[in-house]
Amino acid sequence: MAKMNMLQAINNALDLAMAKDSTVVCFGEDVGHFGGVFRATSKLQEKYGKDRCFNTPLTEQGIAGFANGMAAQGMKPVAEIQFADYIFPAFDQIVNETAKFRYRSGNEFNVGGLVFRTPYGGGIAGGHYHSQSPEAYFAHTPGLKVIVPRDPYQAKGLLLASIASEDPVIFFEPKKLYRASTGEVPEEYYEIPLGVAEVMQEGKDVTVLAWGAQIEICQKAIEMAAAKGISCELIDLRSILPWDVDTVVKSVLKTGRLVINHEAPLTGGFAGEIAATIQQRCFLHLESPIARVCGLDTPYPLALEREYVADHLKTFEAIVASVQF
Amino acid sequence: MTNPNNATISTVHTADFTSGHALQIPTLRILQDDGTIYPGATAPDLDQETALKMYHSMSFIRVLDERMLAAQRQGRISFYMQCLGEEAATVGSAAALDDKDMIMAQYREQGALRYRGFSLEQFMNQLFSNEKDLGKGRQMPVHYGSKDIYYMTISSPLGTQIPQAAGYAYAQKLRGLSNVTICYFGEGAASEGDFHAGLNMAAVHKAPVLFFCRNNGYAISTPANEQFKGDGIACRGVGYGMKAIRMDGADILAVYQATKMARDHAIATNEPVLLESIAYRLGAHSSSDDPSGYRSKEEEEQWRKNDPISRYRLWLIAKGWLDDAADKAQIEALRGEILDALKVAEKVAKPGIEHLISDVYAEPIPELERQLAELKQHIRKYPDAYPITSGRM
Repeated sequence: MAKMNMLQAINNALDLAMAKDSTVVCFGEDVGHFGGVFRATSKLQEKYGKDRCFNTPLTEQGIAGFANGMAAQGMKPVAEIQFADYIFPAFDQIVNETAKFRYRSGNEFNVGGLVFRTPYGGGIAGGHYHSQSPEAYFAHTPGLKVIVPRDPYQAKGLLLASIASEDPVIFFEPKKLYRASTGEVPEEYYEIPLGVAEVMQEGKDVTVLAWGAQIEICQKAIEMAAAKGISCELIDLRSILPWDVDTVVKSVLKTGRLVINHEAPLTGGFAGEIAATIQQRCFLHLESPIARVCGLDTPYPLALEREYVADHLKTFEAIVASVQF
Repeated sequence: MTNPNNATISTVHTADFTSGHALQIPTLRILQDDGTIYPGATAPDLDQETALKMYHSMSFIRVLDERMLAAQRQGRISFYMQCLGEEAATVGSAAALDDKDMIMAQYREQGALRYRGFSLEQFMNQLFSNEKDLGKGRQMPVHYGSKDIYYMTISSPLGTQIPQAAGYAYAQKLRGLSNVTICYFGEGAASEGDFHAGLNMAAVHKAPVLFFCRNNGYAISTPANEQFKGDGIACRGVGYGMKAIRMDGADILAVYQATKMARDHAIATNEPVLLESIAYRLGAHSSSDDPSGYRSKEEEEQWRKNDPISRYRLWLIAKGWLDDAADKAQIEALRGEILDALKVAEKVAKPGIEHLISDVYAEPIPELERQLAELKQHIRKYPDAYPITSGRM
């Protein structure tokens, strides 16, 4: 075990993956010698050479298309999009190509080896284009896997599992946690399975569900609720697509209440999908309406970021309202 | 000079703009309309077997296109796209490749597919989206693909294969393979952002890829002069720092020769090459299009004289490699074979319902299994509404 922050854990995962498998290749804007604007690919070019860790021209659709081609040839590209806000030029390559590659060819070809890594989420005064959480756009795309880790241990294990996966993965890294989140991380290779949620804390009154950096916020809200005698069960979804319906259903059947929190705007956000599914599966067990604590339906603001975000106080209020309904 | 900006720095002291038309690229032609070689030109070094395989691939596609367009008109298949007038461009280039060079096509490259060995049955199975289709009946007709013959499955979004070809070729290089990737696209697709992305990525990362543009004058109804203002597509390659050439796309010897040299260059240096073939799209864009709404019969007739097959045929006959009467009989027989294969393929069952959810992921995720189970239950309740699958579950 070693103490690592999230960036170090990601860097360590990439290092191990490249050492283990010569077909793993890292590239993106400023990923090469400089090691990435957040330093996630630090020293990889030095260690594995310019052929396997390199800068690309500044073109997201090019990066995604290039990654699709490499993966179709059988390699394992780990392509970085500098900010998730800039993944949209690659939307066509990801949604129409990456996601459909295996299906449309009848499994003659696939891009299973590929991972898109991208810093995401707000909380860093990033304004419109350094704060977005676009996971719901991709959750609507069969063929992709969408992953968000909450801490360094998860980041490493989930990233290694994503690289090893036979399906293409979009790996959203909560940039707010890059240096803020630290913890003990095994130095050896390990994987955390995709598609599996984690019950972080057992409780009986209400289920609180989130992912990524919002877990921390929910933990604060849960502590406040506990002081008022409310027992919360906290679930980290970890995998947005496919998501672990059974774990959430099991929890809500027990607690009868569900509060979902995410950074992204409310309308069309992934909480809507969860709420609809849980309402269907747990209808007779629900004691209160499913609550969604989300960003406002606005572009991500700068000056009023604190007001905008789905913070612990808003989450606490939703928990209390749910229990007192 | 690599710093500060990888640009030539030679100084002048009066403003001297380079004209947007300063670079005009000539068109390579080797074979004349009468089947003889241009004075001063040299025919590429082709053996009889290869030369005839090229010819038979072209004539096969010509007959197949004619028959299958008719099948679409009869409502037997849902959609079709011909490559009338462009047979030489794709067959000639495919013939210049190694069998294991990857082909990434747009959709009008049936000639290359046939040259690689895609069988008549495989064409039919895809067109009828039956259970023997390699693509499991999921994509529209003419979206062919086959791993065995290194022909990447076609997709409808235009230009997406261009940066993919750069990545595929880069991976070939990393693996130490002595193979290239050829990437076909039309002059309309070259207006997509993916064209820019792909050519720049390939040049910067030294990927052995041949970008092959079929400039046929039209993107559906849009004439090329409403598509771009520069000297065609070839001149753009120079801007990205790669070699470029333009050929007469109805001259199979020119296409073969240029592609062979481009391949040699890509193998030797890992540098990409841009090839532009000029050949008119004689047919409609697709079975859903009627060109009489946007171009004249006179224009079409003028280009019809530039037929890639008849010109090459005359050359083969003059060389004593092709017998006129035997060839005519063979083409007549081919018409019968195609009709027979059509009748067989249209009777083959559609893919089983389990293929609705297979291959979305390497293994179906639980939600997909649940959706399939629910669907099967529904079909059992209303079997008459779902005749393709209800009897087979």
